[in-house]
Amino acid sequence: MAYNTIKRSFFTLGIVLLFSLFSIASEQEHAQANKKVEKGEVDVNKAIFDHIGDNHDWHLWDITHADGTIHPVTIPLPIILINTKPFSITTFMSSEFHHGHSPVTRGKYTYVMHEQKIYYANPDGSLQYDEKGSIISAKPIDISITKNVSTLFLAALLMILIFTSCAKAYTRRPGIAPKGLQGFMEPIILFVKDDIVIPNIGDKKHAKFLPYLLTVFFFIWILNMIGLIPFFPGSANVTGNIAVTFVLALFTLIITNVNGNKDYWKHIFAMPGLPLWLLPIMIVVELIGVIAKPFALMIRLFANITAGHIVVLSLVSLIFVFQTLAIAPVSVAFVLFMDVLELFVAALQAYIFTMLSALFIGLAVQEHHH
Amino acid sequence: MDLVTPGFGLVFWTTITFLILLFLLGKFAWKPIIGAVNARNKSIEDALRLAETTKEEMKQLQADNEKIIAEARRERDALLKEAREMKDQIVAQAKKEAGEESQKILQAAKQSIENEKKNAIQELKTQVAEISIEIAEKILAKELENKKASEDIISNSLDKLKLN
Repeated sequence: MAYNTIKRSFFTLGIVLLFSLFSIASEQEHAQANKKVEKGEVDVNKAIFDHIGDNHDWHLWDITHADGTIHPVTIPLPIILINTKPFSITTFMSSEFHHGHSPVTRGKYTYVMHEQKIYYANPDGSLQYDEKGSIISAKPIDISITKNVSTLFLAALLMILIFTSCAKAYTRRPGIAPKGLQGFMEPIILFVKDDIVIPNIGDKKHAKFLPYLLTVFFFIWILNMIGLIPFFPGSANVTGNIAVTFVLALFTLIITNVNGNKDYWKHIFAMPGLPLWLLPIMIVVELIGVIAKPFALMIRLFANITAGHIVVLSLVSLIFVFQTLAIAPVSVAFVLFMDVLELFVAALQAYIFTMLSALFIGLAVQEHHH
Repeated sequence: MDLVTPGFGLVFWTTITFLILLFLLGKFAWKPIIGAVNARNKSIEDALRLAETTKEEMKQLQADNEKIIAEARRERDALLKEAREMKDQIVAQAKKEAGEESQKILQAAKQSIENEKKNAIQELKTQVAEISIEIAEKILAKELENKKASEDIISNSLDKLKLN
């Protein structure tokens, strides 16, 4: 009873935080967007959006040369491009772009990187613009190992190491109380199993979906926390990237609908107890609902994590906006507060995503008793 | 707008990474972990149930033991009682027999005393008769000499003779 109350209040708190983060983030965006960048000033808006977006280099730090030019120090990452006409794959290291300053020629194509996007360039290395000034050059299909992709790999590797070592601990010491890493992970695994999956899907059918939900929970949680580390190998805004949340939500959508039973489809296409003339409207509404549920999952995770990153970066940026170090203690204090909050949000969002996925799957597979 | 447009590259790599991760973790982590936890839960449950039944059995056993002990005690009491009765009987018998025996001995003793007495009296009687005859002889002899003297002799002799 008390546990349910705590769960409910956590959930409410989470929603309140979510809204507050949204409002803070949007205010910051407005503030930044309305600001004109003068020479010598740091373009805070661009810096923030560069940080939360994906990158073809892994930025470590900047060095200032004797002549005053600033040069970024980065880890180059592999660029993988697919040309469609004719089909061919081109690979090279991102360092060849020199942070977007020089074009790269491979075979009959010349590539140019502009604001982290790769275009086919004219033979002289220039891009085609329309009269409004937007780029109209064609783009190859870009499946480069970007900063986000490499963080993805890192998280996957970390998870495999953690959980296979846990699994080994169980076979090494069967039937004995867990300890160490295993002892830390077991309550979390059992929390997901006993308090998220089984209550939503039911004891009878949960086993089939448990691996997916466990994987998704730890995947989101670990990526959220890696994103909070402000330096290499952290800082990538992976779960705050719509592509990642899109894929995760898509998995939930597919699993829900593939496993949907007769009752589930009957409720969509022939809602029982409804006048016949209402059915066409209801079918549309229900079909929208099918998409809207995972869509909400996608947006919720993306918005929460991105908002958190934006808030932290904005607070740090106060130093550059006010152009004084005196503001630094305030920034640090607020960033510390935000980081602690984000640590909580990291777990909370993983919990919410998993819980709602389990709920959607549970609704699709549950037996109705009419 | 870039922010909310999923990039193909990341969608591609996320899908591949996630599927591989799901497969590997499902096979090498979740299955053994959940299996081990379930097995452990089951073994704990079994152990608890076993403890419960053992406790029940112990209780039963204890009751049985008590019953057996009570039985044994009753048997012992019975045995003791029987032994005591037997002892009493034996003692009584012995007493009775001893009494009879002593009675018999006493009887025999009395008998022999009586016989002795009779014999003694008989002897005495004979002796007295002899003495009387002797005295009579002497008296008669004396009488013949002296009437007075014979009377003295008689009285002397009679004085001498003391019947015991």
